[in-house]
Amino acid sequence: MNWRPTASRTVLARRAGILADIRAHFASEGVLEVDTPLLGIAGAGDPAIESVALELDGRRYYLQTSPESAMKRLLAAGSGDIYQVCKAFRHEERSALHRCEFTILEWYRLGFDHHRLMDDVAALVARVLPGLRLARASFAELSARCGAPDPHLAPTAALAEFAQDVGLRLSAADSGDRVLLLDLLLSELVRRAWPAGEGGFVYDFPLEQAAYARVRDESPPVASRFELVIDGVELANGWHELNDLAEQRARHDAELAARGARGQPSMPPDPRLLAALATGLPDCAGVAIGIDRLVMLAMGGCDIAGALAFAGDEP
Amino acid sequence: MASYSTNQFKPGLKIMLDGDPYNIVENEMVKPGKGQAFNRVKVRNLMTGRTVERTFKSGDSVEGADVVDMEMQFLYSDGEAWHFMNPTSFEQLQTGARVMGDAAQWLKGQEMCSVTLFNGEPIAVTPPNFVILRITQTDPGIRGDTATGGTKPATMETGAVVRVPLFIEEGSLLKIDTRTGEYVSRAKEE
Repeated sequence: MNWRPTASRTVLARRAGILADIRAHFASEGVLEVDTPLLGIAGAGDPAIESVALELDGRRYYLQTSPESAMKRLLAAGSGDIYQVCKAFRHEERSALHRCEFTILEWYRLGFDHHRLMDDVAALVARVLPGLRLARASFAELSARCGAPDPHLAPTAALAEFAQDVGLRLSAADSGDRVLLLDLLLSELVRRAWPAGEGGFVYDFPLEQAAYARVRDESPPVASRFELVIDGVELANGWHELNDLAEQRARHDAELAARGARGQPSMPPDPRLLAALATGLPDCAGVAIGIDRLVMLAMGGCDIAGALAFAGDEP
Repeated sequence: MASYSTNQFKPGLKIMLDGDPYNIVENEMVKPGKGQAFNRVKVRNLMTGRTVERTFKSGDSVEGADVVDMEMQFLYSDGEAWHFMNPTSFEQLQTGARVMGDAAQWLKGQEMCSVTLFNGEPIAVTPPNFVILRITQTDPGIRGDTATGGTKPATMETGAVVRVPLFIEEGSLLKIDTRTGEYVSRAKEE
C-alpha cells in the first residue's frame, strides 16, 4: 500500500509560503477572508462545467465548483471586499492541468472595474512570481496581431475557416457554433502570445463569452472580462460583475437553454442567490485563480501533480 | 472497429482520419477560461509517415484504426517482394518495395522485424534497432589516422552505404544503428 505523499517537504513549504503571500497581500489591501459552504443545493449553470452531485438523507446536493454563489450573497448583504481560499470540485477529465478536486482563490473588490482588478491580480502574482512582466492586450488586438479574424465582428464562417486552418476537425453543426469557434480562437491566440516564460492578460471579450461580466454599450459592444495566461497556462478569469437583475436572469436562462440543447442535466440557480441578486449586488469586480497551477508555475513545473501533497489519490 | 472518445486519447492509440490510419504521438487537453475544452493532438500518418497537428472538440469520437504491430521473421527477397513469416503460426506474407522503404537496405535474412498491419495488410516494416553487416566495398584507410575523426563511405553486403571511420577495412563486420543509419562499432566474427 503506497500511502506516502507525492510532494517533498520543500514543495509543501513552498505551497504554504505562497498561501502566506496571498494572505499578506489581502491583509495589506484590507480585504476580508471568508469561509463559505462547499456543499450547496445548486450546481454550476455554465454548460462547460459539470458539478459533482451527492445524496444526503434523500436530498441531492452539489459540491461547489467555485465559491461564487455564496460570496455574492455575502456581497449583497454588505460584506465589502472579500476573498476566499478553498477547495472546489468539477466533474472533469484529469490532465496535467486538471483535477476533479482543486484549490481555488476567489475574490471581489468593490468599486473596481476589470482594469483595476487586473492591477490587483498583477500585484498578487508579483509576490509569487517576482520578475515576471505581465503584458496586456484586448482579445481584438491579439487577433489582429496574429492575422486572425476579429472576435467581435468576423462572420462565423471566417471563424470556422480559422479553426480549420489550425487543424480543428469540424462537424457541420460545430462549424456554425460561434461560441465553440471563439473558445478555440482564444485558446489558440493566448498560446501564441504567451508561451513558456511569458505571461499576460487578455481582456474585453465578445458577447458570446461574456459569462457574468457586464457589457459596455460601445460599437461593437464588449464584455468587461479578462483572463490571465502564464506559460501558456490559463491561470485566472475575472470580470466587472454584472449587477443588472433583468440581464442576470437572461444569462441564467441562456445557460439553462444551452444545457438543455446539449442534453446536459438542468441546473437552475440557487433561489437564495437569486433573492440576494434581487436585493442588489454592489458595483464590484471578481476573479478566481487556480492555486495548484500557481504553485506549479512558481516551481517551474508543467504538471500540477508536482504541486499537490497527494497527487496520486484521485482516480 | 471501436470508436474512441477524446478522453481515451493517449500516445500510441491508432485512429482513422480522412481514410488513413494515424498514430497519436502527443495528446494535450486544453480548457480555456469558461469555455469548451479541446484536445490538441499530434498524429502521425502511418501510410506516409508525416506528422500533423489536429484539434478535437473534447467529447467527440473518432473511429479506431485496425492497426497491429507483429513481430515477424524476414525470410528472403526476390527483388520484387519481401517475404516474412510469423514464427509461431508459420503464416507467411509478402510486401513490396514501397512498404519496405528504408528498412530493405538493412535486411539480409533471418532478422526479426516489426511489421505493421492495417486491415491485415502490411503498411510499414521496422528493422531491428541494430544489425551486423559485412563491408563489401570501401576505399583503403589511411594508416595510422585514427584520431582525426574523419569518415568515408562503405557499401555493406545489403547495398546500404554507411559512413565509417577511416581505419575500417573492407571485409570487416560492423554494428549499425538502423534508426539513424550510423556506424556504432566493429563486430566480432561469429
